[in-house]
Amino acid sequence: MATAANPYLLPINPAERKNPGWWAMVLIITTEAMLFAYLLFAYFYLGSMANTPWPPSGRPELKLVIPNTIILIVSSGTMWWAESGIRAGSQWRLRSGMLITLLLGIVFLAIQGIEYSRKNFAMQSNAYGSLFFTITGFHGAHVFVGLLFNVVVQLRAWLGHFTAERHLAVTNAAMYWHFVDVVWLVVFTSLYLAPHVM
Amino acid sequence: MATSTVPAPLGERLTRIWETAPGLYGVIATVDHKIIGRRYLVTAMVFLVLGGIEAAMMRAQLAAPDMHLISPEVYNQIFTMHGVTMIFWYAAPILSGFSNYLWPLMLGARDMACPRANALSYWTFLMSGIFLYTSVPLGQMPDRGWFAYAPLTELAYSPGLNMDFYAIGLTFLSVSTTVGAINFIATLFKTRAPGMSLNRLPIFVWGTLTTSFAIVFAMPALTASCALLFLDRRVGTHFYDAALGGSPLLWQHLFWSFGHPWVYIVVLPAMGIISDLLPTFCRRPLVGYTFVAMATVTTGILGFGVWVHHMFATGLPATAMSFFAAASMVITIPSAVAVMSWLATMWLGRPVFKTPMLFAAGFIVLFVIGGVSGVATAAIPFDWQLTDTYFVVAHLHYVLIGINVFAVMAGFYYWLPKITGRMMSASLGRWNFWLMFLGFGVGFFPMHTLGLLGMPRRIYTYHAGMGWGWQNLWVTVGAYVFALGVAVFVYNVIWSLVRGEAAGPNPWDGPTLEWATPSPPPPYNFAVIPTVGSRHPLWEGRLDETESRSQLARGPVLDAGRDTFGTTPLDAEPDEILRMPEDTVWPFLLSLSILVICYGLVTGVIWLGIAGAMALLVTIAGWFWPQPSMTPADGEV
Amino acid sequence: MTMAQGRSTRQLRRLVLASVTGGFCTACADAPLNYMYGHGPAASSIARLGWWLVIVSAVVVAIVTILVVAAALRRPAAREPMALEGIGAHGGLSWIYIGGLLLPALILILSFALTLGSLHATTRPPRDPVATVQIIGHRWWWEVRYVDRDPTKTIVTANEIHVPVGQPVRLELTSADVIHSFWVPQLAGKTDVIPGLTNVAWLQADRAGVFRGACTEYCGLQHANMNPIVIAEPLMAFQTWVAAQRTDAATPTDPDAAAGQLVFQKSTCATCHAIRGLETLGRVGPDLTHLASRLTLAAGTLENTRGNLAGWIANTQALKPGNDMPVMTLAPNDLQALLAYLETLK
Repeated sequence: MATAANPYLLPINPAERKNPGWWAMVLIITTEAMLFAYLLFAYFYLGSMANTPWPPSGRPELKLVIPNTIILIVSSGTMWWAESGIRAGSQWRLRSGMLITLLLGIVFLAIQGIEYSRKNFAMQSNAYGSLFFTITGFHGAHVFVGLLFNVVVQLRAWLGHFTAERHLAVTNAAMYWHFVDVVWLVVFTSLYLAPHVM
Repeated sequence: MATSTVPAPLGERLTRIWETAPGLYGVIATVDHKIIGRRYLVTAMVFLVLGGIEAAMMRAQLAAPDMHLISPEVYNQIFTMHGVTMIFWYAAPILSGFSNYLWPLMLGARDMACPRANALSYWTFLMSGIFLYTSVPLGQMPDRGWFAYAPLTELAYSPGLNMDFYAIGLTFLSVSTTVGAINFIATLFKTRAPGMSLNRLPIFVWGTLTTSFAIVFAMPALTASCALLFLDRRVGTHFYDAALGGSPLLWQHLFWSFGHPWVYIVVLPAMGIISDLLPTFCRRPLVGYTFVAMATVTTGILGFGVWVHHMFATGLPATAMSFFAAASMVITIPSAVAVMSWLATMWLGRPVFKTPMLFAAGFIVLFVIGGVSGVATAAIPFDWQLTDTYFVVAHLHYVLIGINVFAVMAGFYYWLPKITGRMMSASLGRWNFWLMFLGFGVGFFPMHTLGLLGMPRRIYTYHAGMGWGWQNLWVTVGAYVFALGVAVFVYNVIWSLVRGEAAGPNPWDGPTLEWATPSPPPPYNFAVIPTVGSRHPLWEGRLDETESRSQLARGPVLDAGRDTFGTTPLDAEPDEILRMPEDTVWPFLLSLSILVICYGLVTGVIWLGIAGAMALLVTIAGWFWPQPSMTPADGEV
Repeated sequence: MTMAQGRSTRQLRRLVLASVTGGFCTACADAPLNYMYGHGPAASSIARLGWWLVIVSAVVVAIVTILVVAAALRRPAAREPMALEGIGAHGGLSWIYIGGLLLPALILILSFALTLGSLHATTRPPRDPVATVQIIGHRWWWEVRYVDRDPTKTIVTANEIHVPVGQPVRLELTSADVIHSFWVPQLAGKTDVIPGLTNVAWLQADRAGVFRGACTEYCGLQHANMNPIVIAEPLMAFQTWVAAQRTDAATPTDPDAAAGQLVFQKSTCATCHAIRGLETLGRVGPDLTHLASRLTLAAGTLENTRGNLAGWIANTQALKPGNDMPVMTLAPNDLQALLAYLETLK
């Protein structure tokens, strides 16, 4: 083995490899995804056990949530654009892409807030209300964390910390953001679409 | 012996690079897996003693019928704290302690893959325990049992802070457990020594690996159930409230989705300890290594499909229950494979009954008793009789003491000489073993018969006419004898620190890599990164098992920084160098911030919670801000 | 003195006997919750399954223990401490094939078949139940209702369930507060009593007798003292009991008891307890219409005697700490009158 003679021929903390931070991020996302799975289990379990109509307040309104979902999907696209930008060495694409993602994320949360204010039930009304606000609120919290993540990484992007080779924080922030997006699609399908189909 | 002698200047240089800073800063900032592992072991043993004191109080109350030493209010708090402490703050953390200490040594690495996360998992473990035990001086200990069935835990039936400590404390601890598990998985995939391929891993590593995956998938169920409980109690939601569309059974499904995998989480690494020390004391390789490794993984996976056997009496459809009963019986098979492997290893070897081997042999017997009584709980109609009786108490103690504590004792006697560099007393060890083994038999075996005689769990007293008196007296006496055994263990540890003879690198002639290092190992573990050629690197010359040979004395040194090899996940080929992080206070500060948040949540003092959250954000940002040492200087690449 | 000596020798003998026989055989005779012997079709079927599991388990444990001890003694440690038994590293797999896979699979398949058989025998009664009893768990007592199509014929009582011998009785179980579990082990397995759900179970006693039970889901402070009783009696006696329970409480003729009735109505008793025939609305505590016909007080905590009843009323919190009944401070005369009245509620 050539490395035995001079192990330092091997790269140190190379960015292109799946290093411990990457594994940690994948596993954090896995365990978070499981958390949503258990919460959605709670939703379907209580729904199947309900002896009143489900949802008790009627089918959820889709007018706001469909555009909001599109906004989140687009933000995943801009995040991808930013990350592939830095992979090609473009600081401009990284910075502008992340900035747009941040703005879209804020808009998503704002629309979510408007939708909350229009609901005719609350967390305390019944188990459905508890589930609805807990699951969407929990997702909203993840969006918020994703935005904080975005802010910190963006700060570093503007400070010029990243290069085409070395941008693990960007990769992790992007991975997390896509995760938040995918989770939303599952939440949206379960909480908003399913009652219209079933 | 394959142990290498390190040239003094190299050793000094590596020590300078790897050793923890002196003074208080080092205490808080260390990321050395050996220091963290030792802390885990000591802290978990402290929790074992606390839980033991609680058990001793319960046994005094139950020693005879109609006793009134303890009020029902206090009794309920004590039995809950006993269960919560032992199951969450002792049984899994003690194994994390062994894993933390031993993994890099067994795998031929210089540290865990994420040393800072390792520090974080310890600090959160410690602080969540401190948080839980704050309820003691307040007199508001959790009092609804370790599985805390709603709606008894809801505000209407549990108005104090007791169950808030439970819900918040467990969520806090789950941070520690999850971070630890992620770290083990990352370590396995990244930092094994060259040549340490998957088929050469010690079984203990297989055990902890399986457990870690189980944690990643199961822990969120506990977090979810506790979070929903907290919302019900403090925000006014209705998840477990049948009157407004919730369901008490939701708690049970969520809790046991976590709870049953957890059983395997606290036993699989313990089984691994036995699988790894038996070869040393039977003087031959483990029989059926591949079977045992596969049995470990299979058990971990099947463990997710059996949770409903905790709920057979809740009125579920018979077909559904039959499925879960079948799954619960099938899960016995991998355990039987492990037992047969141990028996065959003993039978075909020449057992040497040093103290660790005594515990291992006792373990096998207790393992089988705990296993067969588990099968009884899977037989649905019989479960309708024995569930929530002392039969289950007997079963779970055979699992948690027989399989966990006895393996942990074996592990301590086996590896403490490695950790401290000093041997423990063999004669005290025999006293230790026989007191614990006989005390356990006298104390816990009658719980089976008490259960068959119908004694329910969690009763603070019972009437004389129930026919349970004498056996309860035995149980109490046996439990105290067992406690005496634990005291002898503690004494033996202290004795060995003061008087124990020097252990040398490999006092038992063990086959695996950890025995290739000095005792105690230096901060850098291995001066030369070993290259592994077989499952038994230190036995190769005598075993002639394989063609290839491990290289321990000569090879890559890596002395330009805190460096270790990054290797490929399956075959462990080195493909990069990982420069490990320096000592850091961020993990400590992060844990402290969470502690502040938890106190804010439990007291309802909002500014405290907000202050903690702000501190949390600052520490996370500080943690992930790039360190100069992490980016290699030009020219090194 | 000699009596005390006699008792202590007897106790000593029992202790020795218990030690010798593992405690089990001496204890089972006087352990009313022992479920290894059933007195109804469900419990008997389960006990048979239980004995199979216990015996198979004992055999497995014995074999493994013998193997461990034999392995320890079979070959002494080698004289050379560094010697290894390396040869045949792949030997010994037959242990795993036979002992780890084949035998356990056979035992488990057999156990599973027996489990399914017993499940079949216990989920449904052999014939249609003769009566339906609603059982409602409260902290910490059992409300018992015999429902009749004619609501005036519905019986409400507490903690004690009368059933006819040899007949299945349907149980409908639910809870007024937290989860409890209803269990009379010598007649049937336990069924959880869950708020918001009605679980259906059944039991049948094959011989006349008093069968003790217990709450077996932890339900708070007095979980230990929430013990139901099933009284199985011949059909005629059962019908007599039903007829008696359907009647309202008789107006007392004895002046003491009549005074006691007034005490009951004027004190706080009536806020929580109902006595049919009086205009009391209490529904919080057990119905007392036929209190004197019950065997125990406070859900199996005390034998139903006048002394115990007096102690219970005056000192309920000391006897069952935490229960919902407040300590009654009654003048001695009033207490005696109340007791006289309650004793008439046959």
